[in-house]
Amino acid sequence: MAHRVSVLGVSMLGVSVLGVSILGVSILVLLAVFATSTLSQAQPQELPVSEVAPGIFVHIGEAALMTAENDGATANVGFIIGESAVAVVDTGGSLREGQRLLAAIRARTDKPIRYVIYTHGHPDHVFGAAAFAGDGTEFVGHRNLPQAMAARGQFYLDAFRRIMGAQLLDGVRLIPPTLLVDGTVKLDLGARILTLRSWPTAHSDNDLSVLDEQTKTLFAGDLVFLTHIPVLDGSIRGWLGVIEDLSAVPAERVIPGHGPVSEWPGALTDQRRYLETLASDVRKLVARGAPITVAADTAAATERSRWQLFDDYNARNATSAFSEIEWE
Amino acid sequence: MPLRHFHPLCIASLLGVMLGAPVAPAATPEAYNPWPGLVQDIFNNRPMNDGADVIAIEMPYRAEDAAIVPVTLRTKLPPGDSRRVLRITLVIDQNPAPMAAKFELGPDANVTEISTRVRVNNYTDVHAVAELSDGQLYMTKTYVKASGGCSAPATKNADEARSRLGQMRYRQFARAGQGPASGAREAQIMIGHPSHSGLQMDQVTQLYIPAFFVNELKLWQDDSLVLSMEGGISISEDPNIRFTYVSNGAKHFRAEARDTEGHTFQKEWKVEDSGI
Repeated sequence: MAHRVSVLGVSMLGVSVLGVSILGVSILVLLAVFATSTLSQAQPQELPVSEVAPGIFVHIGEAALMTAENDGATANVGFIIGESAVAVVDTGGSLREGQRLLAAIRARTDKPIRYVIYTHGHPDHVFGAAAFAGDGTEFVGHRNLPQAMAARGQFYLDAFRRIMGAQLLDGVRLIPPTLLVDGTVKLDLGARILTLRSWPTAHSDNDLSVLDEQTKTLFAGDLVFLTHIPVLDGSIRGWLGVIEDLSAVPAERVIPGHGPVSEWPGALTDQRRYLETLASDVRKLVARGAPITVAADTAAATERSRWQLFDDYNARNATSAFSEIEWE
Repeated sequence: MPLRHFHPLCIASLLGVMLGAPVAPAATPEAYNPWPGLVQDIFNNRPMNDGADVIAIEMPYRAEDAAIVPVTLRTKLPPGDSRRVLRITLVIDQNPAPMAAKFELGPDANVTEISTRVRVNNYTDVHAVAELSDGQLYMTKTYVKASGGCSAPATKNADEARSRLGQMRYRQFARAGQGPASGAREAQIMIGHPSHSGLQMDQVTQLYIPAFFVNELKLWQDDSLVLSMEGGISISEDPNIRFTYVSNGAKHFRAEARDTEGHTFQKEWKVEDSGI
């Protein structure tokens, strides 16, 4: 909404040269728009979703950093409708996105939302949680997630208040999971079984996958990136190991954390190549005694043209990989 | 005429206020400048001289990973200068614990470069203050933008964080263009340590997790001090210090570290004669 207002401000200036009488009309128009905006805030617009398999709906996030302009809606989020209940998989990057996801669910079913499943604890996946709080909804996550939220939560809230502004951050609450997954857990939505699996440290130290047994659809969270450069916030060696185990999951399609819905396990190819290249480049730099700053500038440079947001994340991935690989 | 110009502006900004639109760009530095207070708390209000000719600080303009931001400190005293750098203090103004590290430079080791990695929580000035043998403080500074995205100044791998506790590694690097005969060395010390900040609350118990980090590190060649560090929680997990020094011909390099729980870690390495 902030974005829309600033556009109006500019058009006002344009109108002003025509004279005071037009200005009066403009004020009326503005007040009308103001009223509409307030209304749209009370009843959020549905988040656009598509049905990628029967009863499974997904919103594909924008390949961008979280900003005020995109409501933090950069990650893929979705929901699964069973015979008696609904499960939400990730809640989005702002309370507003969470509310819009809720509106998309309510436009399709009035069954209760029994579970909100976090694939991990990053802001673009958990900031919308408050939209689903209450009404017997249980929050589900990796056994490490409460600890990660405790360690990082306040930092994320402060940092994204700076980046996205107070208007989007007011109302964002971090809701730790109460149903913790250590290994596998099956959830029943009524004639629809979801298999949740916690993974060793890979993209993060709290990655969880969700497999819908009926349609063989895998929500991989940020264990899988496509077209959007993989982001390393856990362990590069761990992630490469997890990719091997993950590829054995009997799915037909994957909903990655970022990027398009794709066939399985072919979707892993690009990400595996990127992480292997990064690890191998960093390993060579460590061996020849290069400082960490050189890794940030040069590692995995051959991958630049193959990924969106390469310049936003590659140096960081290299820094992180270096600090891990130098202990080998 | 001026009225016509002013009206729309006023109304636009009024509406902006009504709708709660952000007036300033979202990513501005903090308005409050903590530096004067830090000069008082850390340096007892001693006068700060311009350090441009004495010390340099290098950091990336953007903290790519909030938990691991490389920083290099380099002394710039010309060869003929009779003064010596006694200590260098690194201050990250906007961090919860701004005093990141205080380095003491060994009297005979001629340390001219120190690189380490720090946590950066915010958009912040980072100050390096050198104290010289003339008794004066010399200050220089740089500015770092906090990282966006999902990185945080916290552990990435809770399962592994403690597994390296107390491990120490020493490594010597070749110095380009300088043979071993010059005595110039470049080396690195790594200490496995989870370095919990203590600023996070346990969500279950609602108690603050106690801080746990390396607060003292001393490096020696035989019995002569090369470098010591008084560390804070702004030093990254698994503290890593890379530095230059001049060999005194010692055959052994020794490191002693202590953390806030009173653990002491000690290790000694044979210095390779080749200097590589």
